[in-house]
Amino acid sequence: MCTTCGCGESGTLIEGDAHEHAHADGTVHSHAHGHSHGQVRIGAEITASAEEAGLLHFGMGAAGAHAPGMSQARMVRIEQDILGKNDAYAAENRRRFAERAIFAVNLVSSPGAGKTTLLVRTIEALAGRLPVAVIEGDQQTSVDAERIRATGAPAIQVNTGKGCHLDALMVSRAIARLAPADGTLLLIENVGNLVCPADFDLGEAHKVVILSVTEGEDKPLKYPNMFRAANLMILHKTDLLPYVAFDVEKCIAHARRVNPAIGVLQLSSMSGVGLDPWLEWLARGAHAARVARERAIDRLQRRVVELEAEFAPTQG
Amino acid sequence: MHEMALAESVVGIVEDYARRECVKRVRTVRLEIGRLSNVELDAIRFCFDAVTRGGVADSAMLDIEEVPGTGWCMRCAVQVPLAAMLDVCPRCGGCEVTVTGGTEMRVKELEVE
Repeated sequence: MCTTCGCGESGTLIEGDAHEHAHADGTVHSHAHGHSHGQVRIGAEITASAEEAGLLHFGMGAAGAHAPGMSQARMVRIEQDILGKNDAYAAENRRRFAERAIFAVNLVSSPGAGKTTLLVRTIEALAGRLPVAVIEGDQQTSVDAERIRATGAPAIQVNTGKGCHLDALMVSRAIARLAPADGTLLLIENVGNLVCPADFDLGEAHKVVILSVTEGEDKPLKYPNMFRAANLMILHKTDLLPYVAFDVEKCIAHARRVNPAIGVLQLSSMSGVGLDPWLEWLARGAHAARVARERAIDRLQRRVVELEAEFAPTQG
Repeated sequence: MHEMALAESVVGIVEDYARRECVKRVRTVRLEIGRLSNVELDAIRFCFDAVTRGGVADSAMLDIEEVPGTGWCMRCAVQVPLAAMLDVCPRCGGCEVTVTGGTEMRVKELEVE
């Protein structure tokens, strides 16, 4: 229990985090972490609970404010995007990724499409070629992060509690905990859900949608928002094609109908067939992130030289 | 649930405004939601009531303005109405339609005291 305010249950704290509490009576207070604590309140709307190393648990926060008294009513224009706050956190994540040449990919699919199996195969195949770190999103359990950690790659589990998607603040906090090295390939496995993660930008370079051949080929038409938001579709579990009635061409046509620019890869994590083009796609993205950073550094260095020349005391 | 997260974001925006402008009570929250967005209106209404409870927007009316879907047909080179994301062009029946409106999710206005 928090000895400062008396709220929350036990759990490992995130060292150095200051946080804020809203109590049932509406009082809000904040203090730095120097104690074990269950509920960590971040900002106004998201509550996180740090259960154990490598696990962040996010639930829903209660809004805490009260206002006695009344006066004249008036209309005010606000004109703010509902997801504006998330988008601001996502922009900050994107800036940090660029600064550190991190290539971040957001993997989305329905539950059971084989995201974690694909990740495990990908990490094993990239061993020694690229540093990889993983953020695992699920409503509950840290089973997936444990599967990833067994490959030797650093992984952090984010439990969304009641939430059906990762948001940019969760990713921001997970990155702070993961502290990936510069030039890392960051694979973010979103909660298995083809609806909500489409709307929440995490700051990633690309959304990759995974569709297994055991699902219907009409999924792109049924969930158009997600297939529109993705840059790449992976048709997964292709080793099962002889046993299922799945029309690959039709599926690709459906996906292109929703998103004419979407790239398509077909692969099987079980047999390894088709894995190489996927690994190349990732390596190209990681390389592009490194090149972009080098160029940015070059630009800054040239600017420093220009400014030094401009402000240098004139000789003579 | 996605609408719960959206409703919490709405309440976050409302409460930030109320704190900044010393608003005592919010009577109405007016949203602008596109017909082609992922938002289920009944669900967001239900969630809004739940997340406003006890706060500055407790019992506030949620007023939702729906924005119709529109698209640009490449073949006809005109703006056309769209009832769904994957609708064909109502003029030529073609699929080359790019969505140009109807995906909005905004807090538009507040009635405050």
